[in-house]
Amino acid sequence: MTAPAQTAQQRERATTIFEKSVPGRRAFVAPELDVPEKPVGDLLPASARRAEPPRLPEVAEPEIVRHYNRMSKRNFDLDTGFYPLGSCTMKHNPKLHERLAAMPGNARLHPAQAPARSQGALELMYNLERALSEVSGLPHVSLQPSAGSHGELAGVLLARAYHDDRGDTARTKVLTPDTAHGTNPATVTMAGYEVVKVETSADGGVDIDDLRGKADESVAALMLTNPNTLGLFDRNIDEITRIVDACGAISYYDGANLNAIMGITRPGDMGFDVVHFNLHKSFTQPHGGGGPGAGPIAVSDRLEPFLPVPVIARHEAGDGGPTFDLDEDRPKSIGRLRGFQGNYGVFVRSYAYICSLGAEGLREASEVAVLNANYLMARLRETAGQHLPVAFDRACGHEFVLSGAPMKRELGVRTLDLAKRMLDYGYHPPTVYFPLLVDEALLIEPTETETRETLDGFAEAIGEILREAAHDPDALLNAPYTTPVRRLDEAAAARSPVVRQPLSG
Amino acid sequence: MSTYTSLTDADRQAMLEAIGVNEFDDLLTAIPDSLRMDRPLDLPPGMPEQEVEAHLRALAGRNTSTDDEICFLGAGMYDHYVPALIDSILARSEFLTPYTPYQPEISQGGLQLMFEYQTAISELTGLPVSNASLYEGPSALASAGYLAKLANGRPELVVSAGVHPHSRATLETMAVGYGTSVVEVALAGAATDAEALAEAIGPQTSAVFVQQPNFLGAVEDLDAVVAAARSHRALVVCACDALTLGVLRAPGDHGVDIAVGEGQQLGNRLDFGGPSFGFFAATEEHIRRMPGRIAGETTDVDGRRGWVLTLQTREQHIRRERATHNICTAQVLNALAGVIYLSWLGRRGIVELGELMLRRTDYARERLTALPGVRALHEQPVVREFAIELNAPVAEVIERCAAEGINAGYALGHDYPQHPDGLLVAITERRSRADIDRLVDVLGRAVAALRGEPAAAGAAR
Amino acid sequence: MAEGTYPAGLRYHHEHDWVRTEGDEAVFGITWYAQDALGEIVYYDPPEPGTAIAKDSAYGELESVKAVSDIYAPASGEVVAVNQDVMDRPELVNEDPYGAGWLIRVRLSDPAELDALMDVDAYQAYLAGLDG
Repeated sequence: MTAPAQTAQQRERATTIFEKSVPGRRAFVAPELDVPEKPVGDLLPASARRAEPPRLPEVAEPEIVRHYNRMSKRNFDLDTGFYPLGSCTMKHNPKLHERLAAMPGNARLHPAQAPARSQGALELMYNLERALSEVSGLPHVSLQPSAGSHGELAGVLLARAYHDDRGDTARTKVLTPDTAHGTNPATVTMAGYEVVKVETSADGGVDIDDLRGKADESVAALMLTNPNTLGLFDRNIDEITRIVDACGAISYYDGANLNAIMGITRPGDMGFDVVHFNLHKSFTQPHGGGGPGAGPIAVSDRLEPFLPVPVIARHEAGDGGPTFDLDEDRPKSIGRLRGFQGNYGVFVRSYAYICSLGAEGLREASEVAVLNANYLMARLRETAGQHLPVAFDRACGHEFVLSGAPMKRELGVRTLDLAKRMLDYGYHPPTVYFPLLVDEALLIEPTETETRETLDGFAEAIGEILREAAHDPDALLNAPYTTPVRRLDEAAAARSPVVRQPLSG
Repeated sequence: MSTYTSLTDADRQAMLEAIGVNEFDDLLTAIPDSLRMDRPLDLPPGMPEQEVEAHLRALAGRNTSTDDEICFLGAGMYDHYVPALIDSILARSEFLTPYTPYQPEISQGGLQLMFEYQTAISELTGLPVSNASLYEGPSALASAGYLAKLANGRPELVVSAGVHPHSRATLETMAVGYGTSVVEVALAGAATDAEALAEAIGPQTSAVFVQQPNFLGAVEDLDAVVAAARSHRALVVCACDALTLGVLRAPGDHGVDIAVGEGQQLGNRLDFGGPSFGFFAATEEHIRRMPGRIAGETTDVDGRRGWVLTLQTREQHIRRERATHNICTAQVLNALAGVIYLSWLGRRGIVELGELMLRRTDYARERLTALPGVRALHEQPVVREFAIELNAPVAEVIERCAAEGINAGYALGHDYPQHPDGLLVAITERRSRADIDRLVDVLGRAVAALRGEPAAAGAAR
Repeated sequence: MAEGTYPAGLRYHHEHDWVRTEGDEAVFGITWYAQDALGEIVYYDPPEPGTAIAKDSAYGELESVKAVSDIYAPASGEVVAVNQDVMDRPELVNEDPYGAGWLIRVRLSDPAELDALMDVDAYQAYLAGLDG
């Protein structure tokens, strides 16, 4: 296949805002100096003073606006197209939420404002805590962690504090299945434990015998995602948490895949002691190109004394209704995980989402997410099953895994090539090469956002691309053709990293 | 109520048929019956959009924002002006709604913004390598402790008491995990005690942490800190305030190894504390120990310029238990606000803004400390924030000011018990001379009225 | 190189490392199969000269864009030299894995350990088994 003529975007050389800088141009106009103009030298010692201004761009407002708007058009985004990126839960971001977060009482509220003058914010956080507690089936919540990975670290540090408090200091290991997200083992190391991998059984769940062999008094915790990263709910979940409990360890539920189970089943009921939520996933937050998110945790009674500070305290007042405060006086707390109270702007959006959906709506969201995933899996079995079989052929949760191994063997194209060709078809590809357990994996999560027509369209497009591959593999090997840039030389970028713009003058 | 979904009953029926099951519950067979919820979640019923809006508007209305009072609160986050073009650009769905740029060909906008952001942070800090953001300031500082552990494996971190109390607390929380102990060095007056610091640093010291300006607003002698650390080859981590770096010397020029800080000041809203971003910059030597995403420049197959996530082998999704950090989702949208803000401010603007803050802060400090019953907590140079001591119970002074529409500042007694009636006052470019004069008037009257009364037990926040 | 090459005269380790003896010293590297599996190599993290390394344990790392691979010592000894050219141009391991892409030079502590390694025929048979 010959490449079509260049698009206008492809013809344009990308330039940075620094390259658009021209001395003398400006956007900012400082407020008038309304106090005495003391020489700066009188106010700062020479040793602490900057000699040359930082070389920030010199550009006027119209050029800044055009620059970033033009750059934005070189991004694919969820509001514009299907984004079945597995394990990322790219669900719709309701437009109401941006309006709510921007209200002055939220956006312009100083984090050190006295609790008496931030009652609305504290009540919102309290209400969100209660809702997350109910969804997880665990009684106590801390909203503080800033992302899932941060919540994971909080959870493992809680496990450590719990064991230490009991004088049980000989535990050195944390168990994680080999299907775990990379954040799990990375967290374990940062929390000072050793990772011990647990094998996956033939049906895609935890290998119970392997777990039993490894669960002993040297184990501090098990970290588990359920449904796991293969999209499969572990049939033996009861037994897993029983085994972990029997050896005195803590069961940690990685809530990355909570979107499959809201209102259907609860980690607390499964026997977990601690769960983190990815508010940016299950409780919809614009993903922002890689954040912000938030990673609150919910915990059982036995872990409650160790929760990070501050916690929100609710006081029953006489007749004026309850009041809310921040409590930092908690002697067994693991301490702080960050500044102030957490990503409040994220809490506003997630709370609004829960208010909109209510109990039934949350369950419906999960049901539709699961239905959509199973439907897309069924449709892909028809349109692509020959070359892209389902890795574990049973009902999935909110996502599922295909293997590109037969495609690679039979058609000579890899999962990567398939993904790159999807770009020309206007789709964001699924997560590729994860989970590591599946050769040439594609992890597909359609979410409840999508219509049946969108899912049909995607399944048919994959079928079409595979037909293309059978006929002309090069069409895939050289894809994409229509994107602002084509395949990029990542090896060159890693060998000689250029991580900032060189500037002269 | 909306669930933001589209499936009709007919859709569901057809989809169940295509799947080959009779009813939805047939998809849940892996979930043991005993674990399936047999009741609805105990949550209020869903609400129509306009009711959700009204409910959250009512809650927001019970908060006193910086629109409702004249705010002199700082202590790590500041009421700076956020230009309108940031709202406009951040609202674009192409920046708002994608995720991490795993597919670079359709994420050039996001990758380029990371590269521009890294360039701006590198310029400000005088350090060559910046990542594309961490969660926020204090956890960024704590992450530097982990880098230091990876770099030299030594068992102890030394931290100045001038570092933000939240940063010190976060560092202690995380250091328990990675197994490094934390030693705090007291202040002499308001600046880090150089002698005590030099004494605390030894061959066991992995890194030394200072803040510039420190929590009490004092400009520290960074050269002395760097010299003390160098003598034992310990790393120096400086938490800095990005918006003062138009007038303050870059930490990299002082010989600091790692500069971290809170990014809220750069074009982000207060948002009751987040989301904002944390910046993290370091010397070239540490490029492969950096936490988080980094964008790098490269070319495509046709030779076009482009950007990719680079040095990914540091990260959790590849290196797993040996990763340089566990972070995945960071704060890219907030970092975008940061780079737009710095472009808007520009090369001269960041100096002009810094000088304006210096002069107004100096004015406010002179006026306030001239009041009876008010004295400077320290005489160190300051940029945007300074500390005073009241001869009156600070919590009550703050309450009296609040009643007159002034948020006088941050009471220091909780974090610095040696200053039970200390008050930290921040002067951003949004506080005019008239605002400052009003603070002087209101606070002066409050102190006069309360003078000599014993400090309330337990200081207010 | 599209096709795998495996020189005779080298000894091979099951983690896809080769060793070439030169007097009482030996040169280590990775095989064509290993570099092909890793893909374009972008970084080499070697041991310090003077380090003692033990047979079957990792002595360094090679990185491609999306993978990190430990490099295993096929025999024990002390590192006497590191290939600086590979640190500067890691792609040499892809281009010439048995020549310019060597990784370290080692003074062997127990040359008899080499007897337990595979010769080229055994290694190729081993590879055939992996592919099946």
